[in-house]
Amino acid sequence: MLTKRFRFLFQSTKGLVLVAIAMISLISALWGMLSGPMVEWGVTDAVIKLTGMDLSPTEREGRIILLYHTIAVAVVAIEVYLITGTLPMRDHQRSMINGTITVGYLTTMIFGLWFGYFGHNFVFHGLYLFGLSLVFFAGILLTIALWPLREEYYVKDPAYAHTRRGVDLERLAFFTMAVTTLGSALFGAVTGSFWGNGHEAFLAEDLIREPHKTALQLAIIGHLHIMLTLIGVAITLLIGRWFDFKGPLHKIAMPFMIIGTVVITLGAWAVVPIEEIAHWIIYGGSVFVLMAGLFLVIFAWRKLIRDGLAERGIQKGNFVQGLKALLRDPLRFGSTWQMVFMNFNVSFVGIFVAVKLDEIFRVWPARDERVILTGHWHVLSAIIASIILMYYADLAGLKGRARQVFGWVLIIASDVAFGSATVFEMKRLFVSEAEQQPIVNWTMLLIEIGLASVLIVLAAFMIWRLVDLFKRKGRWATELAEEGLDTPTKLPISLTTPLGSSPTTEAEVQS
Amino acid sequence: MKRAFLWLVLLPVFAIGCAASSVSPEESPRTFDTGIDPGGWALVPAGEFLMGLHGHAMMVDYDYEIMITTVTNAQYATYLNEALAAGVIKIVDNQVIGYYPGDEFHGYRHEEEIAAGDWPHVLLDDPGLRLRYAGKAFNPLKGYENRPMVQVTWFGAKSYCEFFGGRLPTEVEWEKAARGVDGRPFPWGYEIQPENANFYSSHDLFEKIVGKLGDTTPVGFYNGNNYDGFQTIDSPSPYGLYDMAGNVWQWTGDIYQGAHYRYMRGGSKADYGYNLRVWTRNNSHPDYVSPNVGFRCVRSPGD
Repeated sequence: MLTKRFRFLFQSTKGLVLVAIAMISLISALWGMLSGPMVEWGVTDAVIKLTGMDLSPTEREGRIILLYHTIAVAVVAIEVYLITGTLPMRDHQRSMINGTITVGYLTTMIFGLWFGYFGHNFVFHGLYLFGLSLVFFAGILLTIALWPLREEYYVKDPAYAHTRRGVDLERLAFFTMAVTTLGSALFGAVTGSFWGNGHEAFLAEDLIREPHKTALQLAIIGHLHIMLTLIGVAITLLIGRWFDFKGPLHKIAMPFMIIGTVVITLGAWAVVPIEEIAHWIIYGGSVFVLMAGLFLVIFAWRKLIRDGLAERGIQKGNFVQGLKALLRDPLRFGSTWQMVFMNFNVSFVGIFVAVKLDEIFRVWPARDERVILTGHWHVLSAIIASIILMYYADLAGLKGRARQVFGWVLIIASDVAFGSATVFEMKRLFVSEAEQQPIVNWTMLLIEIGLASVLIVLAAFMIWRLVDLFKRKGRWATELAEEGLDTPTKLPISLTTPLGSSPTTEAEVQS
Repeated sequence: MKRAFLWLVLLPVFAIGCAASSVSPEESPRTFDTGIDPGGWALVPAGEFLMGLHGHAMMVDYDYEIMITTVTNAQYATYLNEALAAGVIKIVDNQVIGYYPGDEFHGYRHEEEIAAGDWPHVLLDDPGLRLRYAGKAFNPLKGYENRPMVQVTWFGAKSYCEFFGGRLPTEVEWEKAARGVDGRPFPWGYEIQPENANFYSSHDLFEKIVGKLGDTTPVGFYNGNNYDGFQTIDSPSPYGLYDMAGNVWQWTGDIYQGAHYRYMRGGSKADYGYNLRVWTRNNSHPDYVSPNVGFRCVRSPGD
């Protein structure tokens, strides 16, 4: 039975996602104790003593870079699992991609953190780079698997975006995202290879207001921005698949997503040679991507309302009935709501800062501007994470009251935290440094309450899945069987889309 | 039951939020004589040192002297009175202002012109200021005499140093004075403890974690003395300077081509410990004031 559980955790899509989420959760829980209020409460010192971490003050920047990468590759791995689990591809491609990226991200994670926090044996650093290389290689395999011009992948249903020849534009969007991600990873990797040879570890937020940045510094700044953006593009496309996004809006959204992805990526790369106009290219691309996201949200909300009303036998409901229908499933509603909410915390803030940069923000001390920069990308990362969690909670079969509690706590608590973080970032707009403390206290408190609530429901969810693994015929066994992996002779996944469709009816959600 | 539970959750939130207060000075602040003379100067000899996060070799080919502590409220009040009498500064619209000849303007991206003219030095109605002007003379608030002068612009800091024949340190001079020649990250060594310096959540006598911004410590506070049970570690830089990390950011004098920003070093009481590493920089428009920004001066030996 141990073999079956191992097969579930390391071969099935749902198991692989579960392992990656568990790894990220563990890292977030442990490393989250090294900063913020944990320092004030003395938790950090206890963790350092307990684990034997070596936190040399001269190596902080390098450590943080390692930490970011270990978490980022695990998130990328989750998205890859979901892509291989959702899009049709050959069985051997799926297992090769999943196997390679799993070894890759785990190697990156284990040896990156070991090198950064528990000693500086350069063998560990080498293994960390080897892990990253495996992840990259998995990306190449994914790109090959996603090749959209194979006839067997042409769309059969004209409701989905396609070319005249029948090429699936959604698959092309995934393919474009994969290609641009590979290029953008190389963009950072090539620069990283100059480490110790003209390139030195730095945090991008420490370079703001430097009138002259080196090409290597600009490349890293471009790299980190575009990688996070492309992770966002990937999850948007995946949520589209989850909702079975199709119809007229799909036909506009997919070309927009393809164009936007290409233009944003080129803009991020252009930061090195033509920094002055690179931002304008990025803005242009962003409009297309954001519009594609908006079309998805419109489609998803219409669908939720329509399905919800239909289940109650209502043909055309009033506003309240429509709202009830929209909100009946917090996981499905929440995944798209977070995309909308993201605009208030990230997009609009970013645009406002860009427009008023010299007039307002560059009058402030650099440390205040730095808070906005670090704050807004932490929020963006966390919003993406919350969307992934909602999607996975649905795949994992969370139903009934647990689904409602998990979903609504995730939405409300995370949005309270993100909203408060945004107020904290922008506090200098309405309060001076000398009078900021009340607003700092309030926002910090709300951030902590919000994040703590999210972590509590996440922990409960993970414990539920952990306990399930000890059951002889738990959910894990069902999920294993659903993906056709319950017998060792079978190749993993013989069908085009191993992930079963999620519940869409009220009865399924509540059962 | 549900409502009771809600109140149980919300009450502590309200309580903590209401505990917040502004930076208005305490009526009877705790005073301590640290025994460190704010009028003292230390010699930094010429020579190479390791600069920045990555420890690049940097040569300073001249000796210079730097103040052992940051300028205090008492010292700045004395300066204001003398400078006002000498006509170097004036008071207009509740601001101390003074003439600055302006920066060379290059029109770089994001660069703002700092033109010749009168610029603010101190805003007299600012709640963070620990000085009072009663129409005749400036005086430090009682109990704040040996605390660092804060709420002072770069112009105000520069003017002080030049009035007494000195100048603001360059970033290179500041960092060498802070860390010596062995590449250490903190003035006193390689690790930071709450007893080394005044930083965010360092649990000093002037800080309450929730509800208050905290206050500056008297200059030279971290000298190994015990203050009402709070034991400090003697934390001078290799050249005997105090408060080169924490308490207040310190203005430096460099003007860089293509940027109007003025840089600060040292970290402050409002920053986490890692921001007190000697290479950490902050910058702002030169007319910025803050309860977390002060300064010290340098001069040529023998001046």
